Formats: sequence, structure tokens, C-alpha cells
Amino acid sequence: MKFVRRHLLTAYAIFAFAYLLVPIAVVIMFSFNDPGGRYNFTWQGFTLDQWKNWDGVPALKDAMILSLEIALLASVVATVLGTLIALALVRYGFRGRGATNLLIFVPMATPEVVLAAALLTLFLNVTVFTLGFGTILIAHIMFCISYVVVTVKARLIGFDRSLEEAAKDLGATPFETFRLVTLPLIMPGIFGGAMLAFALSIDDFVISNFNSGTTVTFPLYIFGAAQRGIPVEVNVIAMILFGVTVAAMGFVTWQQARAERMASVRPEQEVAPSQALPAGASA
Amino acid sequence: MGFFHRHRGLTPYLLLLPGLAWLAVFFLVPLGFLAYQSLQSGTFDVGYAFDWAWGNYWDALQRYHPWLVRSLVYAAIATLLALVISYPLAYWIAFRGGRWKNVLLVMIIAPFFVTYLIRTLAWQTILADQGPVVSLLRDVGILGANGRVLATSTAVVAGITYNFLPFMALPLYVALEAIDHRLIEAAEDLYASKLQAFLRVTLPLSMPGVVAGTLLTFIPATGDFINAQLLGTPKQAMIGNVIQSKFFNLLDYPGAAALSFTLMAAVLILIAIYARAIGTEKLTG
Repeated sequence: MKFVRRHLLTAYAIFAFAYLLVPIAVVIMFSFNDPGGRYNFTWQGFTLDQWKNWDGVPALKDAMILSLEIALLASVVATVLGTLIALALVRYGFRGRGATNLLIFVPMATPEVVLAAALLTLFLNVTVFTLGFGTILIAHIMFCISYVVVTVKARLIGFDRSLEEAAKDLGATPFETFRLVTLPLIMPGIFGGAMLAFALSIDDFVISNFNSGTTVTFPLYIFGAAQRGIPVEVNVIAMILFGVTVAAMGFVTWQQARAERMASVRPEQEVAPSQALPAGASA
Repeated sequence: MGFFHRHRGLTPYLLLLPGLAWLAVFFLVPLGFLAYQSLQSGTFDVGYAFDWAWGNYWDALQRYHPWLVRSLVYAAIATLLALVISYPLAYWIAFRGGRWKNVLLVMIIAPFFVTYLIRTLAWQTILADQGPVVSLLRDVGILGANGRVLATSTAVVAGITYNFLPFMALPLYVALEAIDHRLIEAAEDLYASKLQAFLRVTLPLSMPGVVAGTLLTFIPATGDFINAQLLGTPKQAMIGNVIQSKFFNLLDYPGAAALSFTLMAAVLILIAIYARAIGTEKLTG
């Protein structure tokens, strides 16, 4: 009976994974489609043309580059702002902490369309702003900050403070301690937060749709093209993005595992000096 | 660093300042503008003026409650489906994943790495009238000879379920993964059956994940308008579609603003009811 149940669950898991991954397989498959006409909905035949000529649609290429620029800028700014907030929240006691937590939480708990509408009314009513690159960037930084704070906070909470004390005991200044001990150890968290912000920004449709004016990002291009037929190159670019993201995720996971190993090197475990040496050298 | 030593109490505020200022100016202030706009009246051509036009909210409830209710119902069904689909999956990874846990986790969030619109369009292809799913359902007799999946509420709810599933699966996994296996063993040592051990130990301990997952799925799902747009017809339009079209097609900014606030209020009320039902300490902790 136990055997049956164990395998029932495994079979279910395989089925669920199929459900999650089939659409991705469809996107990959249709990136090799040779649709002939404008509509890439039915399988017509295999071709590598789109992969060889992925930047063949100028409007699409421009939209892609714009999305990359915005995602890069938004994730860098949001990561800096978010990491500073996370440091303050975890490391210091101060008045107004509850209000701060609330201000971080509420944007994540608000339906995106409400965020988008609120920003649009700001941009429409305050004439300093013209809808376009700048307003998209502002909006993306805004909704990314909370996610960075949450990610970096999780890393900081699991942080072993005795490592910093050890650095101070050994004569490091507070700044040196931060740069040489704290920062390397929380780096996976910061990098993870930056990755998340990048992914959220490059994929954002709703907020960009409201606040872009005539500027066209990658998702906005797809949405516009969905009415008249989507070029196959869209699938190719989506798959390139997919590959890059999965690789970056793998890198973050590996980094995290590595940092955990580094942090878990405790004096009492270093029994033999010969074993302690390589661990110390890699740290 | 000397400055920080002398003004240690000031350091946290300096760290908070840039980020919180950004959130204040581009989150709180816009909400203020949205509130202000929602109480204006007039037309786009002559301009809008603030005059406490509560009628916009009356209008939002009176005329648009079918869209509002539909959004909440679709989101609730999709959240429930996502929970039912991902709980066993998260359980399997947490308890049977072994050294493959990280790889399996990446597989769960893999859909997030494909652009939202693209993966929704992939479902359009999969559920198309000439597609494999529809022809199978027609052969089996679940659908009539001319039955469709696309352009029905089933397609919209299925799309929402798929698109937000990782939001459900991840917190579930985190909660299940944190459970101390010795507790389950102890229950079994004390003669609990497998089912009893699950219901009285594993399930209660995974509740924080269930709560976080349902909120993370339900909230964005209520405001979604892409699934309704790409997989449905105007008959399946959700409140997000109405807000979008009020802004861009009808240029009725006050109406759109009032609808946005109504949606936000509806979501907050539902969260409050939910929090009461399960106990607030589970929601925040």
C-alpha cells in the first residue's frame, strides 16, 4: 500500500510538471515553425530561419533592446535602494519600523492594475512627466523595491553575526568588516534580489501598458502584434531570454550553496590544520 | 565612518531614506492622485474638475458589479485550483526531492522565465479549435462536435491558474520543507495513521505556506486582464479590462480611478475576512 501511494504521488508530480512545462515546449517548438503566413498558430514545417535571423524584425529588436535597458537600470536602482532598506530593517532598531514594513508590503499586496492606474493619474496630472522611457523606469523601480527588500532580508536574517565580531576582533574597521565579511556573505541575496527585479521588469506588461505612452517594450510589442499575427522571431527571443534566465538562476543557486559552505566553516570543525588551510584560503 | 559612530541612531534612517522616499513619491502620492481623480466629474474634452463626485463609486458598484464579481470569482476558483494542483507537487519535492530539490524548484518557476504574454499565447495555441486538446475532448464526448475551449470562462480561469501557479507552489514548498520530519515520526510512533499524521501534523504546520500562497495568487489574479483578453471574449471580461478600456478607449479617468479603488477595497475586505477566519497571527507571522 505504501508502495502504491509513494508511486501515485510521483506519478502525480510528473503529470503536474508536464502541465507546467508543456506551454514552454510549445513556445520552443513554434520557434522552429515555418508558418508561411502571418499566423504562427498551426505547425507548418521545420525551419531554422528565425533562429539564424532572430533580429530580423527591426521594431521587435528595438523593443527588446529598450526592455533590456529598462530592466537593467530598474534592477540596479531597485537593488541598491532595497538592500539599504533591508540592512536598516534587520540591523537596527528604530521608531517607525512597523510603518516601514507596511510601506514595503502594501505595493506587493495591491493588484497591479491599481498600481498602474495610480501612477498614470500621477503622470497625467503632474505635467513634469511625459509618458515614455522615464515613466516606465520610475514605475518599474517602484514595484521592484519591495521584492528586493524581501529577498535580501531573508539572507540577512540567516546571517551569523559572530563572523563580523571575529573580523572586528582581528582589527578590521566597521567599513572593512562590511566590505570584506558582510557584503560577500549577503551577496547571493543581493544578486538574487537583482535577478528577481530584472525578471519582473522585463516581463512587466500591465504597468508598462498604462504608463508607456507611445514607447514600446518587448511585452507591449507582443501585445500589439497579437492582433495582427506574431512574428516567429518573438518565440526565438523569448527562448533566448528563457535560457539566459535559467542559467542565471543556476548561477545564483550555486553561489548561495557556496556562500553557505563558506559561512559554515566554524573553528571547531577545523580539526586538522591541513584541512583548515584550504577553507581559509577560499574564504 | 566617524559620522555614523557619532550619530548611530541616525544610520537606519539614512539607509531607509532613498528607498522609502521613492515608494512615498511613486506609490503613496499616486494613490492620493487616484483618490482625487476618482472624485472628479466632467468629460475628457472639457476637462475634469474635483467636486466630491461620489457618484463615480456608485456607478462603479451599480453598473460594473458583474465585472467585479466575475473577477473575484475567477480569481477565487483559480486560487483554489492552484492550491489543489501545487500542494501535492510541493509536498513531493519537499519530502521526496532529495538532492534534486533545487532543480525541481527551478522547474516549478520555469514558466515565470517565459514572458507572461508568450506563455498565455502558448495556451491559445494549445487550446485552439483545431488543436490537440479540443479534438481529444470532442472525441471523448466531453465537448460537442463544435464545442470550444477558447473563448470560454474555462479557458480564462485555466490561464489564470497556470500563470499564477508558481506564486502558490513556492510558499507551499518553503513551509513544507521547514517541517521537522521527527514530528511526523513522533505522531506515527504514537499510533497516528498516515492520514491522521498528515491532517494533524503536516497540514497545520504547512498553513503559513497555504495562507501566503493563496494571498500571492488571489491578489494579482483579481486585477489580471491579459488572460481574459487573450483567452476569452468580452463576455469573460474582468474588472482589469474595464479599467484599461476606461483609461484608453473611453478616456473616462474618474470612472477608471473609482473602479480601481473599488477593486482595491474589495480585495482588502476579502483579505480581512480571510484573516479573521484563519486567525491574524497566521497572516502576519
